[in-house]
Amino acid sequence: MKRLNGVFLSHRKHTENLLTEVLPLPPYVRIPMQMHMGAPCRPIVHIGDSVSVGTQIGEPVDNFGVPIHASVSGMVKAVEDYLCQNGTTCAAIVIESDGEQKTAFSVKPPQLETREDLIAVAKASGCVGLGGAGFPTHIKLASQQTLDTLVVNAAECEPYLTSDCRQIVEAADEVLNGILLIMRFMKLKQCCIGIEENKAAAIKKLAEVCAEHKNIRMCVLPSKYPQGAEKVMTYHTTGRVIPEGKLAADVGVLVMNVSTCAFLYRYSVTGMPLVERRITIDGDAVKRPCNLMVPIGTPYQMLLDYAGCDYDHLEELICGGPMMGMSLMNLEKPVCKPNNGLLAMKKAMQVHTTSCIRCGRCMAACPMNLMPMELERAYQKKDVEMLRKYRLNLCMNCGCCSYVCPAKRPLAETNQLAKALLAKA
Amino acid sequence: MNLLHVSPTPHERGRMSVRHIMLCVILALLPTTIAGCITFGKRAVLLLAVCVCSSVIWEALCRILMKRDQTIGDCSAALTGLLLGLSLSPSIPIWQALVGSFTAIVVVKQLFGGLGQNFANPAATARIVMLVSFQGTMTSWLMPQSDAVISATPLVTKSENFMDLLLGNSAGCIGETCAVALILGGLYLWLRGIISCFAPVGMIATVALFSFLIGENPLYQVLSGGLLLGAIFMATDYVTTPITKNGKLIFGIGCGFLTCVIRFWGTAYPEGVSFSILLMNLLTPYIDRLTKTNPFGSVHHKKEAAKS
Repeated sequence: MKRLNGVFLSHRKHTENLLTEVLPLPPYVRIPMQMHMGAPCRPIVHIGDSVSVGTQIGEPVDNFGVPIHASVSGMVKAVEDYLCQNGTTCAAIVIESDGEQKTAFSVKPPQLETREDLIAVAKASGCVGLGGAGFPTHIKLASQQTLDTLVVNAAECEPYLTSDCRQIVEAADEVLNGILLIMRFMKLKQCCIGIEENKAAAIKKLAEVCAEHKNIRMCVLPSKYPQGAEKVMTYHTTGRVIPEGKLAADVGVLVMNVSTCAFLYRYSVTGMPLVERRITIDGDAVKRPCNLMVPIGTPYQMLLDYAGCDYDHLEELICGGPMMGMSLMNLEKPVCKPNNGLLAMKKAMQVHTTSCIRCGRCMAACPMNLMPMELERAYQKKDVEMLRKYRLNLCMNCGCCSYVCPAKRPLAETNQLAKALLAKA
Repeated sequence: MNLLHVSPTPHERGRMSVRHIMLCVILALLPTTIAGCITFGKRAVLLLAVCVCSSVIWEALCRILMKRDQTIGDCSAALTGLLLGLSLSPSIPIWQALVGSFTAIVVVKQLFGGLGQNFANPAATARIVMLVSFQGTMTSWLMPQSDAVISATPLVTKSENFMDLLLGNSAGCIGETCAVALILGGLYLWLRGIISCFAPVGMIATVALFSFLIGENPLYQVLSGGLLLGAIFMATDYVTTPITKNGKLIFGIGCGFLTCVIRFWGTAYPEGVSFSILLMNLLTPYIDRLTKTNPFGSVHHKKEAAKS
């Protein structure tokens, strides 16, 4: 089978052998009502209300949304406006912690007997994809297509990030049980775990726990970015090509992040909704890179304090990995559900852009086999027809083209601008 | 709290730069440059130095006059100068070389917008301009290791001593005589991933096959004249050749075909490499349009496949 293109990045997984630490309880958390795609949730608590860990505080307004729960016990101090990363404003609930971390009465193991139960459970748990994109899990599970294969995405192809890897190493049984749970209720025949070869410890752990299960297959893949992109992962593990404009479900595949699988299992046993997550703190501005278990809504500054950030030399703060993560304006943002990494960099990347020399490296790096230089030319001419012809819609903004460009042209950025142009046309 | 630096993704870039690529190509040209200097002596050294320096100066002056960013740092002008020098006869006067580098840098490259915007290969085009303008000096050759004897290139004399052709012990342009050095440079570029082998292999194979079919000696046709220099260093120029593998192959085959047609039936010139490259440069946009990539999972392709 022909492998898709990509780039080999230096891994810099400094935290892969470090045990996950638990962040000391923050004095307050700030929980935005929008943490992923879809409409923001409606706050259902008021200033002065007392909440416990797992109390629902945000209610979804559409089918896409999932409920949001309090991650600390204490009192609601404010319901305020919050500027999201995408530039829109939504509400955020500030909860002052009382330090007791009382569990809410509503937290109890859910009833789970049918596929419909699983979908309802996934929604009620507030579960979204924990790998970075934050796609609501219940939407994936509720697909009308006939699914037969579960692809567990453990690639973690971005440099620095190790939170999925630590999930596997520290609790591989949760992952396995999550896989079995999903396979049982979704009536899936087989499972492929796609993992990059640079995670030897995690591969060993997974192989051990999955040894007895003949229908779970390990696919050890080259450490080539973007191995964890849904289309790339599906193709490399199952050989199925997801056609333009279609989803993995359309080829019978359910793709789930490894941490999401583990969370669903934990929820089925404890009933504790998604109120905390594992996050990698790294970058050259932190003295002590680490993986932390943190309540959702913890301000980034607390994470950076814990990791020993050199604020005087902090120039860029990236939420997520260096290839697809978003750079942040200030330290006030809180940890959101899909947030798998936080990178503090001493030097922001400075590049000097020169003319395209048509070397074709962007094309050779594009996993979708697009021609980014032609897309850029078409965008400069505002030629919508050409943008369509060169399949702009297939670009997933992985950034390989910008990464390899010797003229340092902002190709991935241009593609995003071109998509906006195409949406208007 | 100061605001932090905010930039679009990705937040890191690879190390490869335009300058790095150009320096690699210059490095790959060094073996043939040295071979040329040894074969043709001081005269060749002087001519190459003039071509390289004047190219850089023309580029610098041009950018200053056009009030644009200075671009001599990317080393593309130096590379063009070296390539031009290597494709000249060691006997031409210095002023003619200056006209050549002016044509390459100012007329062919900068007037069209600089590196990346020129549609034709500057060195190949400048060589053609000189060939047409200064036919006498451009086609009078020096015998190796001597200044005086004027002789014809092996393409004309048809002396078939392959050892001489391989090692460069024959008359010709400064950089085209030593086949071993050229192939060494080409292999280096290919292994470093700077060039793909499709265009040079396509071009050389076509010349060999064509020569064989019409009864010429293929090995002799491949090793003599500017074929290797053109195929390895000019038909692989990023800016003026097609982008995709298929496009490069078509380009190479076209170049090989045109080279043979000019070599065997062209009455005015014994050599056709630079003409063929220039002609194929003109076709590059059309080849590019014909050889688009097939995006992963694109539906359009599926439909076509189903129909056929």
